[in-house]
Amino acid sequence: MRDPAMTTTPAEKSSTGAWDGFKGGLWRDAIDVRDFIQQNYTPYEGDADFLAGPTLRTRMVWQRLAAMFPVENERGIHDVDVHTPSRIDAFGPGYIDPDRDLIVGLQTDAPLKRAIMPNGGWRMVESSLRDYGYEPDPRVKEIYTKLRKTHNAGTFDAYTPEIRACRSSGIITGLPDAYGRGRIIGDYRRVALYGVDRLIEAKEDEKAAVGAHWPTDANIRDREELSEQIAALGELKAMAASYGYDISGPATSGREAVQWTYFAYLAAVKEQNGAAMSLGRTSTFLDIYLQRDIERGLITEERAQEFIDDFVIKLRIVRFLRTHDFNQGFSGDPTWVTESIGGVGEDGRPLVTRNSFRFLQTLYNLGPAPEPNLTVFWSPRLPQGFKEFASKVAIDTSAIQFESDELMRPKYGDDTAIACCVSPSATGKQMQFFGARVNVAKALLYAINGGRDEKSGKVVAEGFEPITDEILDYDTVAARYDQLLDWLARTYVHAMNVIHYMHDKYAYERIEMALHDHAPLRTMAFGAAGLSVAADSLAAIKYAKVRPVRDESGLAVDFEIEGDHPAYGNNDDRADELAVRIVQDFMAKLRRYPTYRDAVHTQSILTITSNVVYGKKTGNTPDGRRAGEPFAPGANPMNGRDEHGYIASALSVAKLPYDDAEDGISLTNTVTPDALGRTQEERIGNLSGVLDGYMQSGGFHMNVNVLDKAMLEDAMEHPENYPQLTIRVSGYAVNFVRLTREQQLDVINRTFHGAL
Amino acid sequence: MTATTLDAVTPAGAAARRPVSGTVHSWDLSTGVDGPGSRFVTFLSGCPLQCLYCQNPDTLRMRNGRRVAADEIVAEAAKYRRFIRAAGGGATISGGEPLLQPVFAGELFHRFKHELGYHTALDTSGYLGARATDALLRDVDLVLLDIKSWDRDTYRKVTGRSLEPTLDFARRLADLGKEVWVRFVLVPGLTDDPANIERVAAFAASLGNVSRVDVLPFHKLGEAKWAALGMDFALRDTPSPTPREVAEAREIFASQGLTAV
Repeated sequence: MRDPAMTTTPAEKSSTGAWDGFKGGLWRDAIDVRDFIQQNYTPYEGDADFLAGPTLRTRMVWQRLAAMFPVENERGIHDVDVHTPSRIDAFGPGYIDPDRDLIVGLQTDAPLKRAIMPNGGWRMVESSLRDYGYEPDPRVKEIYTKLRKTHNAGTFDAYTPEIRACRSSGIITGLPDAYGRGRIIGDYRRVALYGVDRLIEAKEDEKAAVGAHWPTDANIRDREELSEQIAALGELKAMAASYGYDISGPATSGREAVQWTYFAYLAAVKEQNGAAMSLGRTSTFLDIYLQRDIERGLITEERAQEFIDDFVIKLRIVRFLRTHDFNQGFSGDPTWVTESIGGVGEDGRPLVTRNSFRFLQTLYNLGPAPEPNLTVFWSPRLPQGFKEFASKVAIDTSAIQFESDELMRPKYGDDTAIACCVSPSATGKQMQFFGARVNVAKALLYAINGGRDEKSGKVVAEGFEPITDEILDYDTVAARYDQLLDWLARTYVHAMNVIHYMHDKYAYERIEMALHDHAPLRTMAFGAAGLSVAADSLAAIKYAKVRPVRDESGLAVDFEIEGDHPAYGNNDDRADELAVRIVQDFMAKLRRYPTYRDAVHTQSILTITSNVVYGKKTGNTPDGRRAGEPFAPGANPMNGRDEHGYIASALSVAKLPYDDAEDGISLTNTVTPDALGRTQEERIGNLSGVLDGYMQSGGFHMNVNVLDKAMLEDAMEHPENYPQLTIRVSGYAVNFVRLTREQQLDVINRTFHGAL
Repeated sequence: MTATTLDAVTPAGAAARRPVSGTVHSWDLSTGVDGPGSRFVTFLSGCPLQCLYCQNPDTLRMRNGRRVAADEIVAEAAKYRRFIRAAGGGATISGGEPLLQPVFAGELFHRFKHELGYHTALDTSGYLGARATDALLRDVDLVLLDIKSWDRDTYRKVTGRSLEPTLDFARRLADLGKEVWVRFVLVPGLTDDPANIERVAAFAASLGNVSRVDVLPFHKLGEAKWAALGMDFALRDTPSPTPREVAEAREIFASQGLTAV
């Protein structure tokens, strides 16, 4: 077994008090990580020169894993334990290399071995196992089909026929009714700062306070949830103890702070197969500990980097068992271990520390990778050195994304973290009920066809009359579209209420919620896909002549367009305001319908690469898009319709009102290196300028892919040569070689904003 | 824009108040290729040269353009003020040959600079440099001057025209102390004779106002445009220069003390 002495030097375990040298008082008396950060962090305004490369140990550990990836790629999964429904303490300890791991802990007892998490739904587990050639354990199946109900079973018990019809037609897709909803970020830092015992105490106090009130439904639910949270914290301690660590008290050193934080996160990913399992905002918090150790002469920069490298290695191998279909929809095998980096504090001091650089440096030390999903909170006020380094990393690796700190801070404060791709929440104080997207392009076809699905011919939305005009009249279409979107909003909120009721009941996120304040702000995050197709279709109807081609049943199955029309993505208000209207109107409609647990309605304009799947499920549209053609990703304009370069296109997207899309607006830009400048130095300065310009213009998020078309084409033919080629899609990064051929072609055909 | 504010920035009242229009091929936003930073680039139609390697042959003829009022272009460019102020950059007029429409180009430069506060760049072959008035040049911060060859025969072969007007224009810009980026397209078998490059480099270095030289490797990405126009692309079989050849050409410029990228 493992000998901790081999990887721990005595100096890394501090003998003095855990909080020695830390300033401030508020955070000592109450659970308040933000206050601790504000009182104790050291802003770093310099450049990247201080950074250290990978140690031999780091390279050896990474290589051991890298050797396992080809098998995983080929088979889909490396291994799975079919017998053990996962819980925080279900598995004994596991290591990548017991002699070399610095930060320890795996989801199961071996790297890349996946676990089953049937609380979400048994069918998902069973089909995932069969997809990869594994036989489910009959005893486990009996438990989750006969003895213990799941989230999925509960949801379908309460669905209406209408919701089922929407689900199968694809007008509402990706409902998390069969899998974990994810997107809840525990404040994993709390475990490092306070130790588990103190957190249990605080939860006991919250429970006592709740117990003092009359037991309404809501109050009883709260008491049960708090008990679950306390139990989960106990299991977290036991899990850490199995690795030889006592985390009942606070971390005493940089290494322990990383380890404690990771144990807390690990507990979450041992128990929840959430669509996105984001990490939060840990780098500047951890810097306080690393900085203290460096100042005390206990560790070197190289050692500090080594801890972060090893932490990131662990984050890179978070794995969930999911079906082929799920992975096909989302491209590859994403986990959205999003870490939010940088930003500026409410007092104006940048939240950039040396550790912000260290996280980005892992993309050099370990090579590019899609996970963790490194997300830079951009502000024109960030220090120059960090702006340049982040731009350089984006140009060299295409593996980071940028989000507007200036838009988020006023709404959520300066301790905000991104869940998934673009969804902000105040860490430890806010959680979200996320789920699904509506296809607003298909909805427009429903408006034209009186609620009938253009592919199946079936009536999905009851009570609508088809438009029978020979040439579509804009005002008529707009009025019908408005009614149809209202129906869609109602159905969508209805479905979400059911899902989240059942998720809380059968697959409650015990450890993640244990790391939240009691009674957090809840949002319900809705999403819209197909925005650019819908906007361009309306522009065609308004500014050109659109003649529906109807089949014998009167269903409009195609459209003839006569004349020119403006298109979204050219910074042309005529088309852009149509996109803006859809976002505003749909948000207003969603807000009309009450939500489960009084969650605040939010919306994202985000489609991930499922834009390919949505496109497949949608017939010919009045903008001239052919049936089956992919949608543009996120809030992007349609491929090839943006005629004036990526800045014009980005400024169209920047017009979408963030107040009506607080859950995020995603933009992916793909450029060739030449389109940013002629030298590396120039490209770095120019990209940094473009980000300043975009965020100043109200832009929320930007993925930047700096790629060579020839390289991508070569990677399609010779994937074995590009195992780590990473590209950003719509709020997250994917391994290019793990995309389907169709998705690869879509990425390549998507406007290459190269200079001609 | 009111008449009052316009008067405030227009010396002697003058041209800006008359409605000016020109023939425009397109406009675009680009980064790092048409002058420093991110820029609003207006491509004017029509060019007196017929360069064999032209990458925008669709801008050669005026008739392929659209008659557009200066107001329309300025209004379009104005949409990017906030962006360009934050990002760094400005406005470039390219083509085609901007100086084929000097009044229109002059009007745009004036308004880009004084109404919008943009850094301005003129992308030109210099062949029509004599048409650029001193007033126009006062509104230009940077000239991207394309010197295609020193060898007179090569120049004529590449462009169908003579080199002298370009050199005259270059000297005039030097006298005016106007910042210039020289652009040199490296075409294997055509402009890549080291002796030829050396002479361009020596000339550029002698001017004193050349802050940088862009050595642009010949590429054939415009080939489809030639075909679409039913025109013959003479350099169909010419290869792109190798990175090494490009580096060597840059070295020649650098050896004259120029910054070559």
